[in-house]
Amino acid sequence: MEHASFIIGSYVVTFGSIALYVVWFLRRSRSTARFADEKDKPWT
Amino acid sequence: MSATSTPTGTRATRALGFATLALTVWLIAFGLFVSAEDVVQGSTVRIMYVHVPSIWVAYVAFVLTAVVSAVYLSGKNRSLAWDRVAGASAEIGVLFVAISLITGSLWGRLTWGTYWVWDARLTSTAFLFITYIGYLAVRGLGGTFRQRARRSAVLALLAVLEIPLVHFSVVIWRSLHQESTVANSGTDVELDGLMLFTLFLGIVTFTMLFVWMVLHRQRGLALQDAVDAHGLDVAIEQRRQEAEVR
Repeated sequence: MEHASFIIGSYVVTFGSIALYVVWFLRRSRSTARFADEKDKPWT
Repeated sequence: MSATSTPTGTRATRALGFATLALTVWLIAFGLFVSAEDVVQGSTVRIMYVHVPSIWVAYVAFVLTAVVSAVYLSGKNRSLAWDRVAGASAEIGVLFVAISLITGSLWGRLTWGTYWVWDARLTSTAFLFITYIGYLAVRGLGGTFRQRARRSAVLALLAVLEIPLVHFSVVIWRSLHQESTVANSGTDVELDGLMLFTLFLGIVTFTMLFVWMVLHRQRGLALQDAVDAHGLDVAIEQRRQEAEVR
């Protein structure tokens, strides 16, 4: 594949940044949930 | 709830998450290896399979932010759930605009020979990115939840007006950036079937990913608001007890 570093780099940037963001907000939710009551989670 | 499960997840979000993950693997395989190279762009076209869906999701995110903000402002029952969906959606939109700018810049280096030009489309997209960074900053200002919801809803309704400007910038001004290829009936460019399929696969995958992220993030924001409100109640009660002691 020509220009492989640019092409693979664009996929790494895309899925890497999405993965980092997802991990960040899931960890944050998990730590916040420890201080929340069950009634604050109506979706469960 | 097990130690590894997420507090914002449900059976539905887990099913959506697994489906999205499967489509993501499929998209990467098709985008990098299966789809054909373009006659003009060569292998560079593979960047389009993540670049175009990224800006699509950003548009969807900012339009959703505006719609739920309008619902919040117009509704008789001003539920803060609308505000949290707006906040989650805008945050995710900012991420996808950033991805679109970076992947577009990498594509531009290969196609135009430069990472950046002050072209109408690129400049207006950068301006859109900065506007929504500002929106998130405004959400982070102090005040009550209602004050946050009202001021950010007004800002969301103003900021969304930039989207037509960004989208039609290539028509309004002379632009280095190409016009729409798929959604433009006036063009004589024909996409290969597999390339078109991969592009739509990217759009479907990213849209499902967006829905999954918004569901989780707005629940995370709801938990944060609940904990903050509880913290405020505790602080008020402590002050009241201190005043009674004096």
